[in-house]
Amino acid sequence: MATTRVLEWLGRLYIWLLLAFLYVPIVIMALMSFNVSPFYQLPFEWTTEWYVSLWQNAQLISATWNSVEIAVISTIICVVLGSAASLALYRYEFRGKKFLQALLFPPIAIPWLITGTAMLIFFFGVGIGRGLFAILLGHVALALPYVIVVVSARLQTFAPELEEAARSLGANQWQVTNRVTLPWIMPGVIAGGLFAFAVSFDQFVVSYFLSTPGQTTLPVEIYAAIRKGFTPEINAVSTIIIVVSMALMLLTARFFKFGGEK
Amino acid sequence: MAAQVAAASRSGLRSALPLLAPAYLWLTVAIFLPLSAMVFFSFMTDLPLSGKPWAFTLENYAAFFSQSLYLTLLLASLRLGLEVTLWCIVIGYPAAYVLAKVLKGRSREAIFLLVILPFWSNGLVRIFSWAMVLREGGILDTALNAVLPFKINIDLMYSYPAVIIGLVHSYVPYMVLTCYLTLQAIDDSLIEAGRSLGASRLQVLNRVIIPLSLPGLVAGAALIFVPVVGSFMEPRILGGRTGTFYGTVIEDQFVAVFNWPLGAALSFILLAVVLVILAVASPVLRRAT
Repeated sequence: MATTRVLEWLGRLYIWLLLAFLYVPIVIMALMSFNVSPFYQLPFEWTTEWYVSLWQNAQLISATWNSVEIAVISTIICVVLGSAASLALYRYEFRGKKFLQALLFPPIAIPWLITGTAMLIFFFGVGIGRGLFAILLGHVALALPYVIVVVSARLQTFAPELEEAARSLGANQWQVTNRVTLPWIMPGVIAGGLFAFAVSFDQFVVSYFLSTPGQTTLPVEIYAAIRKGFTPEINAVSTIIIVVSMALMLLTARFFKFGGEK
Repeated sequence: MAAQVAAASRSGLRSALPLLAPAYLWLTVAIFLPLSAMVFFSFMTDLPLSGKPWAFTLENYAAFFSQSLYLTLLLASLRLGLEVTLWCIVIGYPAAYVLAKVLKGRSREAIFLLVILPFWSNGLVRIFSWAMVLREGGILDTALNAVLPFKINIDLMYSYPAVIIGLVHSYVPYMVLTCYLTLQAIDDSLIEAGRSLGASRLQVLNRVIIPLSLPGLVAGAALIFVPVVGSFMEPRILGGRTGTFYGTVIEDQFVAVFNWPLGAALSFILLAVVLVILAVASPVLRRAT
């Protein structure tokens, strides 16, 4: 029994070490955004000047707005198209359904480097070209399969008898969908939407290949800045991104359990 | 009966189509057509744009097989993928086990969330944060020199180990997640039965726990290996001049050298390798579901 206790204690210690490995670099990166020295020299002296200069950096601000706009628009598109497709896959039986469901996995499984370069070639070839519209096209396509998978998972817990009951009480198809089915799948839809927002807002690889000098997103600008040399301004903008994405994820977790526990 | 089923299936498709079409059209335009176009362009001498003459050719693939550089880099990327995957198993599997079998209730939920939270933060930012830690005069250097009585110089930045550390940090939550899901599904009474029949802890681990959680291990390995083989941003930032891999060469063809057909051929070769790997892994995955 004593060995079991020791092993359990070691296990807990191990988990905390793993958490330290995961979070220490991020915390250090964030702390450096509040340090006076532009060369990251210690001792640490508190300042917010890097956030102020960030605010005056027109290029970064415009890239940030692009990122937010694209993320919001692609979230809306993904949620509408994804929920409709999930409902169809749940409600109807038809030949080729398995195939359509299988088609959702290549976009998730293929490395973004391949998808991104393929989009660049194709969009150029058909005249869409690069820029914000191309980036939006790409982001929706990347996030859509995730939304369909998440909403479908929620639909699995739905009882079709509820729709039957509503119908027998005289509701038409639109009323059934609007008053019975949609409220039930709403947590899945919200989780899927937050998911889509995160995929788009954090997307670097695909945006990188599809952006042009005037039309970029925040991660693309950060990559360019990192390759030019590090400045605490990058730390400041990175800190903001980390805080926003983690807050989004916590919201998602509130709506949708990922742990597989009921 | 069969005719009835067929009729029902036809009417099902008719009702489903308006709901399905927008999503699948979008995927076709932005994913499936581009992938097909990439295969097509990889057999061309030049892109058929701006009226430049072009012709079909096998030259781009010949370049891959005739210049040993590309094959060497592909092998280097595969090795990188393998090493990162192995480290993720070594670090992630025990953590998943502790989460699934040692921790209980609310503390398990909270810690699980903490483990998977970082991979929703921006990958680029996480790689950048390692640059803060690893560079000369960086945090690791300063911290170790403050603690140790003798002077050492830690400058891991722009080295192979830096690339490995950054990638393992980025991908280990996947392994914890997939292994946790399969480990959690193992009935505790199986483990107790093994122990009460006289098996040692190690025997139970080898004969019961690992075989039953194998699908999670394989799924995690596939989720990590595939993107790591195609990584280019991480080696660029943390590897510096030592960070030339297959992914960075593809990136160069598109943003620096502008040899798109060669880039397309290199991408397609990578896609083929990835598909073969996924095909090999899929029987194990299918057995799990």
